[in-house]
Amino acid sequence: MPFIPHTETEIKQMLDAIGADSTEDLFDEIPPHLREVSLAGIPQGMTEMEIARLMRQRAQQNSTALCFLGAGAYEHHIPAAVWEITTRGEFYSAYTPYQAEASQGTLQLTYEYQSMMTALMAMDVSNASLYDGASGLAEAILMAVRGNRKSKSRKILVPTTVNPVYRRTAHTIVKGQNIELLDVPYDSNTGTVTLDEIKQQCEAAGGDITAVVLQQPNFFGCLEAVDEITDWAHENNILLIAVVNPMAMAVLTPPGEWGSAEKNSGADIACGDGQPLGAPMSAGGPYYGFLCCKQNLVRQMPGRIIGRTVDLDGREGFVLTLQAREQHIRRSKATSNICTNQGLVVTASTIYMAIMGAQGLENTAAACYANNRKLVESLTAIPGVKAAFTSPCFHETVLQLEQSAEKVLAELMHHGILGGYKLGGDYPELGEAILVCTTEMRSDDDIQTYARALEKVLAGEPVMAEEGVLC
Amino acid sequence: MSEIPSELKYTDSHEWLRLDEDGLVTVGITDHAQELLGDLVFVELPEAGTEYSTGDECCVVESVKAASDVYMPISGEIVEVNDMLSDEPEVINSSPYDNGWLFRIQPSAPEELEELMDAEAYAAEIEE
Amino acid sequence: MLIFEHSAEGRRGAPQSPAEKAPLDGIPQNLLRQSSAGLPEVSELQAVRHYTRLSKKNFSIDTEFYPLGSCTMKYNPRACNSLAMLPGFLNTHPLTPDAQQQGFLACMYELQEMLCEVTGMAAFSLAPMAGAQGEFAGVAMIEAYHRARGDHERREILVPDAAHGTNPATAVMCGFSVREIPTLDNGDVDLDALKQAVGPQTAGLMLTNPSTLGVFERNIEAIATVVHEAGGLLYYDGANLNAILGKIRPGDMGFDVIHSNLHKTFSTPHGGGGPGSGAVGVAERLQPYLPLPVVAKEDERYRYLTSEDRPESIGRLSAFMGNPGVLLRAYVYMRFLGREGMVRVAEFATLNANYMMAEAKRRGFTLAIENRRASHEFIITLKNEAREFHVSAMDFAKRLLDLGYHAPTTYFPLLVPECLLIEPTETEAKEALDGFMDALEQIKHEAETNPQLLHDAPQTLPVKRLDEVRAAKQLDLAYEPCRRQG
Repeated sequence: MPFIPHTETEIKQMLDAIGADSTEDLFDEIPPHLREVSLAGIPQGMTEMEIARLMRQRAQQNSTALCFLGAGAYEHHIPAAVWEITTRGEFYSAYTPYQAEASQGTLQLTYEYQSMMTALMAMDVSNASLYDGASGLAEAILMAVRGNRKSKSRKILVPTTVNPVYRRTAHTIVKGQNIELLDVPYDSNTGTVTLDEIKQQCEAAGGDITAVVLQQPNFFGCLEAVDEITDWAHENNILLIAVVNPMAMAVLTPPGEWGSAEKNSGADIACGDGQPLGAPMSAGGPYYGFLCCKQNLVRQMPGRIIGRTVDLDGREGFVLTLQAREQHIRRSKATSNICTNQGLVVTASTIYMAIMGAQGLENTAAACYANNRKLVESLTAIPGVKAAFTSPCFHETVLQLEQSAEKVLAELMHHGILGGYKLGGDYPELGEAILVCTTEMRSDDDIQTYARALEKVLAGEPVMAEEGVLC
Repeated sequence: MSEIPSELKYTDSHEWLRLDEDGLVTVGITDHAQELLGDLVFVELPEAGTEYSTGDECCVVESVKAASDVYMPISGEIVEVNDMLSDEPEVINSSPYDNGWLFRIQPSAPEELEELMDAEAYAAEIEE
Repeated sequence: MLIFEHSAEGRRGAPQSPAEKAPLDGIPQNLLRQSSAGLPEVSELQAVRHYTRLSKKNFSIDTEFYPLGSCTMKYNPRACNSLAMLPGFLNTHPLTPDAQQQGFLACMYELQEMLCEVTGMAAFSLAPMAGAQGEFAGVAMIEAYHRARGDHERREILVPDAAHGTNPATAVMCGFSVREIPTLDNGDVDLDALKQAVGPQTAGLMLTNPSTLGVFERNIEAIATVVHEAGGLLYYDGANLNAILGKIRPGDMGFDVIHSNLHKTFSTPHGGGGPGSGAVGVAERLQPYLPLPVVAKEDERYRYLTSEDRPESIGRLSAFMGNPGVLLRAYVYMRFLGREGMVRVAEFATLNANYMMAEAKRRGFTLAIENRRASHEFIITLKNEAREFHVSAMDFAKRLLDLGYHAPTTYFPLLVPECLLIEPTETEAKEALDGFMDALEQIKHEAETNPQLLHDAPQTLPVKRLDEVRAAKQLDLAYEPCRRQG
């Protein structure tokens, strides 16, 4: 059932104005044999009532398990006001703000977003967002290659503690540009990358490296030694690309402050996924990628950027700026082929950050940390479970099991628990290890529920019928 | 009608060149080019000491509506760039042939200059 | 006034976060943040009021007619939003085992199938997060296809000069060089020039059909033959799919790869600049290269295919599954329309465009391309008005804003001087079209009698014309106290 308002009378009037007999005439420039289309595979149209019933059924078929899964997407509380306002038609159904005078709402909001992001990351500049964290890393790498004029190698060091999916995505996107992404192995004791290892890989690569990527907290949840690596990179004319969880930055040293202050250090580019700041997990998106940089790289930044300026009367206003290097003007010489940002999710995120404020975000991040410690304490008290690494963690931790991780997670699912992420696929050397996550959403009871379930699973106790969850 | 000084040499991509007494060549963009681009907001200058061949992209001039490459009009080494443009790119609009020069080259083959257009030829070129 | 200017130290939206900050002992001091995170300190009401007020400074489809050419600004049904935001979908972690997200995967699988059917392609991947990423995926698949055949000399992508800027930008990102093909005055691709251009170096041709000039490419079958005989592949930029939806199918025209902008044709919201979706479809021979993830159906169960199932895939473009919330909205929209509804989309989008074009001509405007049918959009050129009255397409656009209409696309395609690219979409009623044409006619009259009115427009919006030169020169991209200090 299409959304078409025309009455029969209007259709007739319009065809008369055109000088056509039927709507079919309007397609008479198309070869007739191409117009014989059957859409037999597409079902009949539905009413809203019918679709609503279908979608409710579908939504109910999805799991409602207690979530201790992270690995790049996190369940946080989102104030009701956030999406109520975000889905107002004026935000929801507006286009990209090319007509600035008719888009001051979106433009000012995005300027505020850029301001909040620069503050949270302690960087100079933020763009208006990219698609997601993984593709954002690819753009950050492309930007570093454009921006580091002192390096000719197009080689990027990427520790294996960077989210494996991010590394794969970056590879897909940059491989056409003859850029090499070189692995740096992590220390099997700490779960972090060491400066010695980075130096070694740099030498093995011939000494000329364009940039180093560093994720904080890393994919294992562990905290990297960001200061010494940042200082070393800068001493060697290597750009530092930070991949960070923005929620964690409320309490951890932000990328702009990495390294020794006296060296005017800090990451050169900071990126990551904005999902923890107000976007629901939603089966994987839409999220958004944020991208911040130092002032000297601003003209290498891809995507949309909003600037504050004045109108003819000297009144404050906002416009898209630095667009001359983008695809719609510069075509094959553009800094990137990107045109959209994730405007609506950025809208939600901006409202989220405004409502939470610095203190709210700090308290939330600290609660994530505290809850994760409680979880790890409870779980590692169970025989056959131990923490895999010695480094401090933010809100995720790798646990080493003595039984099949796959089987344990499947059993936990029968208890209604999403118990974590199996690491053996990407990290075979870790064997039966899982990555668990706790946010501010998990209560003490939730944590105890998980601990009791895991204990039973590891002890081989069957799931009791009444506590089993239909899956 | 844009200004085209008779003593300079020109390229079809709208660069001008001046052979100076010290043997170096000063390069900028023409009055016509700055008119087409409109208000300039940024210039990305090459680094002194870099060598380029004729036709290499060596510099970008950027207005609100376009970012345009400047091509190396003759081969040689960049010996000096106009640092003033970093803060005041608009000087190219107001003084394309004097204060708005872009960079100076030590030419590796000065005879290449002879192959470029003179003012008359350039005027005919932009007339088209 | 910025949200930061409502801040007062110590004020916060208390009910939304833990009251106390838990201790962070265990984290080394040098890894702990010393500075404040610098976010606004406002009450929830202040935030709600601030952003509600900001929303009112936007034009949107829900409030104004928005005939933005090439963007397909049709009604975004509200149910598509509310049903995509059911808790069962929102609360699904993307790494939930397939068995526990069958409801979501069923929607995705059916969406893939419906897209195949309506475009005539063999298989679809929903992974790309925007049109430009769909293009990237498509061109990367072309590259992978030739490489797998050992055809390493095919390093050139052909693009008509009227194409969207993303086409050449994407080809370059994938490591190709770009050659432009000229367009004839009647809007068709110059077939002779194309024949001259193809050769053993040709990897493919990227084409939008109907073209960005708003007309159907009549030689499409001949073009397909030329490109295929040269060993190249044919890429369909789906930006204008709304013009032919349910009427003709890219697959039947000979296209090997397509991307579909679900935020255009399938009515997911533009959201002030995204998120979009650029789902990609392919002919049989390109299926192994589709980006992951793809959803498969086996024994009435749905599952994500992995790189083990598809070792030749070009890989991943995002951390998870593209933009699922957008995909769900597109799915709901397609189920609304159904088979018979989809046919009517192209019919009425085309009816509206041709009606407006006839009206434009009747009211004395110059069309960019004469004596052709409009597709779902058409172009007016204001070059005469510009010459006679010294008013530009931009002036017309700004004056339209004053009269309560969003401006059409201006200055695109680049080939047409002083152009307005107008796309009404099928969801607009005749009254809206007539009202817009009245406004355009009024402005034409004003241009003749009082051009200053156009130069000074807009007057009725929150701001007048903005100083873009100042914005680009004196960069102010973040509120000063938020910027990195030192």
